[in-house]
Amino acid sequence: MDIIAETSLRFFGKMSASISHEIKNALAVMNENAGLLEDFTFMAEKGMPMDPERVKVLAEKIMQQIQRADGIIKNMNRFAHSADEAVKSVDVGDMSDFVARLYGRIASGKGVTIKTKPPAIRITITTAPFLLENLMGLCIDFALNSVGSGKTLDIITEEAENGACIRFSPLGNLSAGVTDIFPSEREKSLMNELKARIIIDAGALTLNLPKKQ
Amino acid sequence: MSEKILLVDDEEEFVKALGERMRNRGMNVSETTSPSEAIKKVESESFDAVILDLQMPEMDGLEALAALKKKQPELQIILLTGHATVEKGIEAMKLGAMDLVEKPADLKTLTEKIKKAQAKKMILVEKKTEERIKSIIGGKGW
Repeated sequence: MDIIAETSLRFFGKMSASISHEIKNALAVMNENAGLLEDFTFMAEKGMPMDPERVKVLAEKIMQQIQRADGIIKNMNRFAHSADEAVKSVDVGDMSDFVARLYGRIASGKGVTIKTKPPAIRITITTAPFLLENLMGLCIDFALNSVGSGKTLDIITEEAENGACIRFSPLGNLSAGVTDIFPSEREKSLMNELKARIIIDAGALTLNLPKKQ
Repeated sequence: MSEKILLVDDEEEFVKALGERMRNRGMNVSETTSPSEAIKKVESESFDAVILDLQMPEMDGLEALAALKKKQPELQIILLTGHATVEKGIEAMKLGAMDLVEKPADLKTLTEKIKKAQAKKMILVEKKTEERIKSIIGGKGW
């Protein structure tokens, strides 16, 4: 298997695992709140008065979790469809925001909050959407490991001379020689395919993307 | 005797609802969303079992498990997870977890495991007390 196919499969697996964990968490909350409603009905059958306000609050909590799960599934569907077309026109700001949302749970697991800033104007580029998501994901992985727990990782998308740039910052204290290990062969193969460049300096990782792949 | 349980999960809605359901079944439940707070609680209180989420932002569940077992070796820990992998399960058992339950948890199954945990802890505490008495008697030469 070539390196791009292997990297893509790994990325797809990582995202699927993260999404299914998030769905399970929403289901677990629904399960307990529905269980509480069941408890209330048993108690009512035994003659204990049922508080309609509590029942209403529980029903609302279940509905909130349904909305949460629906949002997760919508993201999952969009992610799955990003592999439909090999190359297409992509809104870079929108994609940065989407990949950041996909990484929300992974970031939270590392104690990091991700904040995205869209570009002042809509920037579109012609690129391979799934491979770009993959490369952005690898940049986020690197940035999450560098930024440190309790911090906020900013992802800023801006227009560049011949396309777009996405800046991930702050990176925290990077050890000397970090650029020898990142970008690795995995990132380099995607960069090559997307004609993208990665620059690490002044506490930021910048991903430069051409207007046309 | 009612089971004394500590529930640890970063999903606040989840711990609150599960905690209330367990109390409805006569258990004595404390809840927290923070693993470090759970470790502090275990330092000052005795619990029959801890129901511990495997993935939390503040601290990994396995890390929390090791810290809790260090504080109270007899403490029985039941891990909760979205998806149990064989590797994680083996690692958890090696660190002293009593069991691993997948979310969403069936309360009947969880209750059975809690009862087993309480019984196991009681045996371990009795054994420890017996050993202490034996060492005191042995030390006095009786």
